[in-house]
Order: sequence, then C-alpha cells, then structure tokens
Amino acid sequence: MKFEYKVQGGNFSKAGYASSDLKKILKQLNVNPAIIKRVVVALYEAEVNIVAHAYNGTITIDIDDKQVRIVLEDQGPGIPSIEQAMQKGFSTASPHVREMGFGAGMGLPNIKKNADVMNITSKVNVGTTVEIINYI
Amino acid sequence: MLINEIASNINAQIHCIEGNENIDITKAFTSDLMSDVLTIEDSDVVLITGLANIQTIRTADMADIRCIILGRNKHPSSEMLELAEDIGITVLVCPLTLFHISGILYNKGINPILIK
Repeated sequence: MKFEYKVQGGNFSKAGYASSDLKKILKQLNVNPAIIKRVVVALYEAEVNIVAHAYNGTITIDIDDKQVRIVLEDQGPGIPSIEQAMQKGFSTASPHVREMGFGAGMGLPNIKKNADVMNITSKVNVGTTVEIINYI
Repeated sequence: MLINEIASNINAQIHCIEGNENIDITKAFTSDLMSDVLTIEDSDVVLITGLANIQTIRTADMADIRCIILGRNKHPSSEMLELAEDIGITVLVCPLTLFHISGILYNKGINPILIK
C-alpha cells in the first residue's frame, strides 16, 4: 500500500493530518498498538518539522507486511549541521512555532527514539529528506 | 478515576465525552510543551495544559491520550472541538491554574508519570 500527502509550510491547522490518517490505517490493519504509537509519533514530529521550517513538502508512506517506510521530502532552508540538529535542546524554531507547543529541540531526537531506522539528508537552501522505517 | 469525577473535582466544563465515559484515568501529565507530551509511553493518562490550539488535540491523539484538561480558563476553538469529537478526545475546561488542578488530582490519587 502506498500513500502520499502534501504538506504546506507554516500551515499549523493541517499539521498532523497525515499522522492521524496513518494511525487510522494502521489500526484497520491490526498493527500492534505500541508499534502504531511509535510510528505516528515519529511521523507527527517530522510532519511538524516541515510545517515549522520548510516551504512545502511531500510525505510518502509505503506499508507492506514487514514494515512501514515513510519518506518526508521538503523544499526549504535545509539543515547546516545535522549533528547539531540531532542534539536535544538545539532549535532554530520561530516564536510562532514555540507558541504552538513545539520548537524545544526535541523533534529529531524524538523521531530517532521512535523509529527503528532513521536517515536524514539535507542541503542548505534546497531542502531536507527524512526516512523513517518501523518494522511491524 | 472517571472523567466525570475528574471534572467535578476541578469544577470543569465537559466537551466531547461520548464514548469516553468509562475510561479509568490513573495518571496525569502537566505540560505546555507538546514534544514532551509525545515522549509519554504510559496509558490512561490525562493531559493538563494551558496550550489551547489544534496541535494540543493532534498531539493527544498521537500520544493515545483520551482526555485533556485546559487550565486557566483557556477555551477551545470550534475547530479544536470538531477534531476532538471526530477522534474521540474529551476536553475539560477549567478555571483553575495548572498547579491547582495538578494538586487536586494528585491528592485524589491520580499518579504522576515516572520518567525512565
């Protein structure tokens, strides 16, 4: 099964739509609830990252009998130092993002904690791609 | 503790209770930081927060939280309540501060979440 979602930078009212949708799909597929929670928390943090930092992005989700593979590709400012961005507490989020309850530098570490595999690549002034894989 | 009992203990208005009447809440977590809420691994948790926006509801959904208490008289928007109803999350609106709500529920036997 393959699903695709478009994400608009700055649009917090829609942030989390793909994550909610994936949660419903995985429930229907009778995936273990503990695994569902790990998958959707990782996706949600990554989805909020696109809304908070990028201009727009695409989420592609591939589900088979062994894994959920999610790829989030955005067009945006990119990340100059992924090592620094992975540190808990490091954030470049705007005051608006902080008002929404995010931007405390926990997003990427939270994704890593909940994903079985996480890969991130980024190019400054081009965009960022995050791959999240969870085995089901 | 049932959500109705929680509401009467803190003098809160109840929104979107349908389907959640029999949930037994055993723990509470107080935070305005949604990334912190997303680290919760426990179940049967009530979220006590002063953050009243659409992401409060989305975050609760991702963290498997079925009841949110909005403190300091923060009122949910109609967009928040529509989403809460759609995904089955109860929203309590309470005039008390987060500290006050937390203290009352702690005294009534609601447990904290222990950080691992």
